[in-house]
Amino acid sequence: MKLTLDNFDKAFENRIRLQAMSVLVANESYDFNSLKELLDVTDGNLASHLKALEKEEYITVTKSFLGRKPNTRYQATKAGIAAFKKHLEALENLIKQQK
Amino acid sequence: MKKKDLLDDLSSIKNIMERSTKFISLSGLSGVMAGVYALVGAGYAFTVLQSGKAAGPGHTYRDEVIVPLVFTAIAVLILSVSTGIWLTIRKARRKGLTVWNPVSKALLLSGGIPLATGGLVIIILLLQRHFAIISAGCLIFYGLALVSASHHTFGDVKWLGIFEVIIGLAALAIPGYGFLLWVLGFGVMHILYGAIMHFKYDREVNA
Repeated sequence: MKLTLDNFDKAFENRIRLQAMSVLVANESYDFNSLKELLDVTDGNLASHLKALEKEEYITVTKSFLGRKPNTRYQATKAGIAAFKKHLEALENLIKQQK
Repeated sequence: MKKKDLLDDLSSIKNIMERSTKFISLSGLSGVMAGVYALVGAGYAFTVLQSGKAAGPGHTYRDEVIVPLVFTAIAVLILSVSTGIWLTIRKARRKGLTVWNPVSKALLLSGGIPLATGGLVIIILLLQRHFAIISAGCLIFYGLALVSASHHTFGDVKWLGIFEVIIGLAALAIPGYGFLLWVLGFGVMHILYGAIMHFKYDREVNA
């Protein structure tokens, strides 16, 4: 069975990327360590996926210091939220097609 | 792409979104315990009040009655909060979740502002000896704090908050029933709410 992959966003093909994006859509912003705990992934893994989302300009990064500790926060961009919604619709359509 | 993968994707999004915005480790049992402490405290307070009444008219609001009542209330508060923290940490550990995260911080902040305001109002009322409306004040501010905090946890908390506010307003409207309504709001309602929460969300964790 051939499925139409219109609107299916390659940036969200990976589940960790999709999950990270969903957290940033549901929240104003989230910091790296909390995101890591929530998704239960390693530093390097999460960093590379966030980098990919950043490259697509779906998220923005703000680096600051809390005392001496670096605090990296992520925020979804308007384009990112729109792309995420479109991707969700695509997922729903795929499921409907398969019925 | 198989259908199962798609459904897994969608359910993982739903799960993560929920966990990133709602604190779900609040323990129902701690609500029951808070209610029990409140009832025990109220039982003791009742005997103190009776002794005040026995001493003659006007004695109810003397310092020898008010001071033990305030200390009883503080003891109930400390016991309830520490039991709540302990049981919540235990529940989070069992589920493999963290307790101190952006969601619990948001929960404490949104509940803490009305709660701290209420605490200060109560202290001011105590100092100015407006004893008759303290019970109503406790209930109303506590209820508002719950409604505000409920955005970051189970929706049931909002309903508990609304009921506390209604009981508080009733305590304000019907003079003389402050004590009884306080017992209803902090004792009976907590036990009821805690039991509902326990059977709705906690059972599969403890099993």
